[in-house]
Amino acid sequence: MNPLTYARARDAAEAVRFAGARDATYLGGGTNLVDLLREGVERPAALVDVTGLPATITKRRNGGLLIGAAVRNTALAEDRDVRTRYPVLARAILAGASAQIRNMATVGGNILQRTRCAYFYDIDGSRCNKRTPGQGCDAIGGFNRTHAILGASSACVATHPSDMCAALAALDAVVHLEGAAGARTLPLTELHRLPGDHPEVETLLEPGELITAVELPPLASGARSAYRKVRDRASYAFALVSVAAVLEVKNGRVKDVRLALGGVAHKPWRAREAENALRGGPATARAFRAAAEAELDAATALHDNGFKIELANRTITAVLAELAGRK
Amino acid sequence: MKNVAIRINGSAVAPPADPRVSLLDFLRETLHLHGTKKGCNQGACGACTVLVDGERIVSCLALAVQYVGRDIVTIEGLAGQDGPHRLQQAFIEHDGFQCGYCTPGQICSAVGMAAEARRGLPSHVTDDLSARRIALTRDELRERMSGNLCRCGAHNGIIAAIAETYARAAE
Repeated sequence: MNPLTYARARDAAEAVRFAGARDATYLGGGTNLVDLLREGVERPAALVDVTGLPATITKRRNGGLLIGAAVRNTALAEDRDVRTRYPVLARAILAGASAQIRNMATVGGNILQRTRCAYFYDIDGSRCNKRTPGQGCDAIGGFNRTHAILGASSACVATHPSDMCAALAALDAVVHLEGAAGARTLPLTELHRLPGDHPEVETLLEPGELITAVELPPLASGARSAYRKVRDRASYAFALVSVAAVLEVKNGRVKDVRLALGGVAHKPWRAREAENALRGGPATARAFRAAAEAELDAATALHDNGFKIELANRTITAVLAELAGRK
Repeated sequence: MKNVAIRINGSAVAPPADPRVSLLDFLRETLHLHGTKKGCNQGACGACTVLVDGERIVSCLALAVQYVGRDIVTIEGLAGQDGPHRLQQAFIEHDGFQCGYCTPGQICSAVGMAAEARRGLPSHVTDDLSARRIALTRDELRERMSGNLCRCGAHNGIIAAIAETYARAAE
């Protein structure tokens, strides 16, 4: 690791001020960043510790929740309102990482974690456009079983690894930001970018801009939600494919549906094609399957990850059928 | 020293001057507390698990400077004056180890796990998210301990030791 300085911010304004230093980066629980520092993938000159910022979960007047960015993953999954009203979010978090890591990781850090593409980490042996822009991508012709099937480019086929973000995308979560130019909000689905020609630019955050909170809008009382993760091991593995779903069925028809996929793209993938195919139509297994296929129509397989397309089709269909069938 | 020190097994210790030092390296190399083990050094194996204010974390991914003002307990701090912690005793009785390398992490992790279950934290395999009481079944224990690997394959003994120590009390 290169030499670096460390400062603990007392509030968001102080954090943003500290982050004005050259090559500064925010530090949450460290579960991804410390590893990246050690591997030499990230080389900041200054760490700004933001774990001392507000870690509260508060109810909004409209029935939604405002979640401080420093809330630990465990605390979010444990929150009674999250467990009872947003089960897709509690389930997604509990499906991610290990208990130790969930105890450390913050909400802000989870959102901004980097891909686990092995070529991205391999600084001595592999080319990576995300790590070194313009260098090339060894994943495209390499072992790419875990890589993207949607929204990838000829520059990058990495995936965003977060389970929590798939749930937040399905919940229409809004991210609260604070930067040198002031405060603003962005829908979670617009925060992350697709790789295009610049996979090194992963979000729409301005330099030094800080995530201060995540807001969950209220869910309709008839809406049910679920998260299903498919992985190589029963526990403690990243998703090959995951599905976060919110479904509201009335009189056998889909009144509202929101779907997001994890493990398949450079960002949490909101499945709007599938949603459009479903909304207003029958809540049947056949319709669910057709909607999944409409979404996956745009999918492209690399050498090793073609199985993900059918896996995503089946997982979407199964999760929607489960939600529609539950009393 | 409250705001400038890390409390480790009850003693106040000044944090390292270099922010790059992990809590794991600080424990082992500076404080010579060799009970906490370095396995993968990337958060995948759980051998370095310690307790922070009663919660389990992996100390390899923790920068020591972030833990100023916190209360750390390592395997060296678990046993009482009158002998091993009851979970340590159960590991001995159930052959919860062969080489012993993962054992301190397994034991610290299980102590943290038991506290999580007592306060009603659900897991990936908990059917009812809104349940207030968690029954520590074998499936629950296996899921909740999945962050601690044992390459000797002593997992059956590990689960038996944890179940004997904590499962009955939780049910």
